[in-house]
Amino acid sequence: MKVLVAVKRVVDYNVRIRVKSDGTGVDKDNVVMSMNPFDENSLEEAMQMKEADVASEVIAVSIGDEKSEDTLRSAFAMGADRAILIKTDVELEPLAIAKLLAKVVEQESPQVAILGKQAIDDDSNQTGQMLSAMLGWSQGTFASNAEHVDGAINLTRETDAGLETIKITLPAVITTDLRLNTPRLPKLPAIMKAKKKPIETHEADSFGIDLAPRLEVVSVAAPAERAAGIIVANAAELVEKLKEAEAL
Amino acid sequence: MSILVVAEHDNASLISGTLSTLAAAKIIGGDITVLVAGENAGSVVTEAQALEGVSKVLVADNAALADGLAENIGNLVSSIAGNYSHVLTPASNFGKNFMPRVAAKLDVMQVSDIVEVVSADTFVRPIYAGNALMTVKSNDTVKLITVRSTAFDAVEATGGSAAVEDLAFSDVFAGSSFISRDVTLSERPELGTAKIVVSGGRGVGSKENFAVIEGLAEKLNAAVGASRAAVDLGYAPNDCQVGQTGKVVAPEIYFAIAISGAIQHQAGMSESKIIVAINKDADAPIFNIADYGIVGDLFDVVPELMEVL
Repeated sequence: MKVLVAVKRVVDYNVRIRVKSDGTGVDKDNVVMSMNPFDENSLEEAMQMKEADVASEVIAVSIGDEKSEDTLRSAFAMGADRAILIKTDVELEPLAIAKLLAKVVEQESPQVAILGKQAIDDDSNQTGQMLSAMLGWSQGTFASNAEHVDGAINLTRETDAGLETIKITLPAVITTDLRLNTPRLPKLPAIMKAKKKPIETHEADSFGIDLAPRLEVVSVAAPAERAAGIIVANAAELVEKLKEAEAL
Repeated sequence: MSILVVAEHDNASLISGTLSTLAAAKIIGGDITVLVAGENAGSVVTEAQALEGVSKVLVADNAALADGLAENIGNLVSSIAGNYSHVLTPASNFGKNFMPRVAAKLDVMQVSDIVEVVSADTFVRPIYAGNALMTVKSNDTVKLITVRSTAFDAVEATGGSAAVEDLAFSDVFAGSSFISRDVTLSERPELGTAKIVVSGGRGVGSKENFAVIEGLAEKLNAAVGASRAAVDLGYAPNDCQVGQTGKVVAPEIYFAIAISGAIQHQAGMSESKIIVAINKDADAPIFNIADYGIVGDLFDVVPELMEVL
């Protein structure tokens, strides 16, 4: 079976982002970009499925501008068999992304689509669930373990209260949480080879989907900064201060 | 305006995020209906009827709704969402799981994790783990919204006397089934809603040493939290994790013990009223946001604290 993995190019998680002074967004010029961390877990899961002979082919898909090619090259370096870039210069919302991914699923007929639980830029946490609903596939979000058994997956999910296990029959959409696996570090020869592999490119507006944003961004602002407080000498002084503040 | 709030519960009682979600609904303003989807959840219905500001409680009772499976809750909510101007639910694992499905079915762009209601169509939501706040206006006819519970004060649990109406459900999704739940049991308050949170980080050193954190939490009747580093090293279970990849908390007092204060951790606790940092490293970034700091070894400071409390 084929496995589809969606990967997104985002501002690297180690970067302290800056809000643009005109309030229109976040400064992405000359900022280190990398693959969304949860998407690395998705790719690792797909590769493990292939190594366990559950999957036959791993297809990485990215939707974004030309530079998303870098992210697809990283996917090749981790072991993806093919890469598809859906090119657009505008930032698309999860609803539009899910519609485009549904089109790719229609063309490629995978049995499993794996997405990160959220992208660490927009933090919407929507695309996987939307894709699952659009396709009418089973949904397993926030996965921390996935066991494949006869056309189904016993999927352990991270919940607010602990863990829960559900059984989802294929085809299914999985969204990954960090503890699902440890993504492999690509080896140098694989990185070199990845540079030469062909990327299939389609224009986003060639799919006949309305990609116009539904939400109007009014402004983007930096949160109020917390001022540093005071250093106290010892536990007794701390308790005194907390009592003064009527917190204790 | 008519607002539907999808309640989160465990078939026995409401989960507190529902009360904060109602607070957001009240700010939007309008007639508020609460949906209780579950199985044999009579006590939850009684609780929902008594909530301040609720005019109607819809009850969908079906075994397929008992365990919060997203496909079934999503189908149910999609079937009635069109009757409302807004549909709100907590931005918890429950809400995040089903709401985007409703959005896909209705062809609506959901507004996730709001922290402020500016007006009936404009909301503020954190992006980049809270390092930026985005104000967005939704032009969809039905606005689908998940609410960050810590950003809104819960409504009163009493005072209401809402009418109850049954809602039929038969659109069961055959592809998914619930198997088991492994809930971390704790005598102490829930991390998301506790008045005091005591968190430990990498510097705690081991799973055994984490007992020091738990001891202080017990003394203060506080919830136990942990940084991602502490969770990854196996010192504490994952559902204790505070941060961008864990839970977002905003207690009255947050104790960050042996936590350096990485951006990812700050995203989960920087809205706390008072932050107390205890760390050996005087240069740890956590001191930049702490109200009170003690530079010292936690194994000296915490026992001292236990004595004077």
